[in-house]
Amino acid sequence: MTVTLSHYLVLSAILLTIGVFGIFLNRKNVIIILMSIELMLLAVNINFVAFSSYLGDLVGQLFALFVLTVAAGEAAIGLAIVVVYFRNRGTIAVEDVNMMKG
Amino acid sequence: MTLADAFFYLFAALTVVSAVMVILARNPVHAVLWLILAFFNAAGLFVLLGAEFLAMILVVVYVGAVAVLFLFVVMMLDVDFAALRAGFVRNAPMGVTVGAIVLAELVMVLGFRFTGVLPTGPRAAPLTPGISNTEMIGRILYTPPYVFYFQAAGLILLVAMIGAIVLTLRHKPGVRRQDIAQQHARTPATAIEVVKVGSGGYTIPETDGAKAKKEPA
Repeated sequence: MTVTLSHYLVLSAILLTIGVFGIFLNRKNVIIILMSIELMLLAVNINFVAFSSYLGDLVGQLFALFVLTVAAGEAAIGLAIVVVYFRNRGTIAVEDVNMMKG
Repeated sequence: MTLADAFFYLFAALTVVSAVMVILARNPVHAVLWLILAFFNAAGLFVLLGAEFLAMILVVVYVGAVAVLFLFVVMMLDVDFAALRAGFVRNAPMGVTVGAIVLAELVMVLGFRFTGVLPTGPRAAPLTPGISNTEMIGRILYTPPYVFYFQAAGLILLVAMIGAIVLTLRHKPGVRRQDIAQQHARTPATAIEVVKVGSGGYTIPETDGAKAKKEPA
């Protein structure tokens, strides 16, 4: 079966679903949640690049580049917050994040 | 089935398997390593799609920087990850429900709305045959209007870098460090003390803590 755009879209849908599933499964562990978000962004990137390739339009790849940029910044800031939180509270469990009474 | 198709199925299967292992791994270090494998296989898919530059960026930025950052943080924090996994099974039905809904919606969109017929017409940035993917991206990314987005992306990275440094930097009290302004502000009047010592006597200059003991000559 020759590979079409739909194959890539299905793969990206599966990856996004795994990311959502991972957030629900590891609800307490911030680090795994961040990794699940990275997986979802990867799925989005595969979508962009697949469309870019099959449409013959480079803008999809440019947008994937910007998604990568934002994902890198998000990971850096998120992990910095995790480190600071661990220093202050000694735990990174999501349910203990209640200092702001939210 | 051509060789490229075979490689698509290989990379796709490995990506999905390693993504599943990311969320199921007991040890978060293993989860990060599975994430690295997923990124590598996604880079392989990008190469198959003709996006070599993005594939290399994925390997360099994600595997080289982001995943290693995850690895550092996982190893640096002394967290009881077993306790964090409590409720893993309890949360599973909820996760399966939401995941199934999301997947069903996506498949429905693909099945009912996406016919596989791509629109024709002018492209915003058509692929130019004969030049490499990297050169094409360079030609478009560094010219208006995309150069503005490129600079905005650089600004985002700068803000993220400064933010991460500001968040995690802490000055421990009691650590001696260089204070250049203080060094420049030193004058002979504050730095030198001239004492008269008679012959045969000695003196200990006054310090912050103890008053100097002066032995008379």
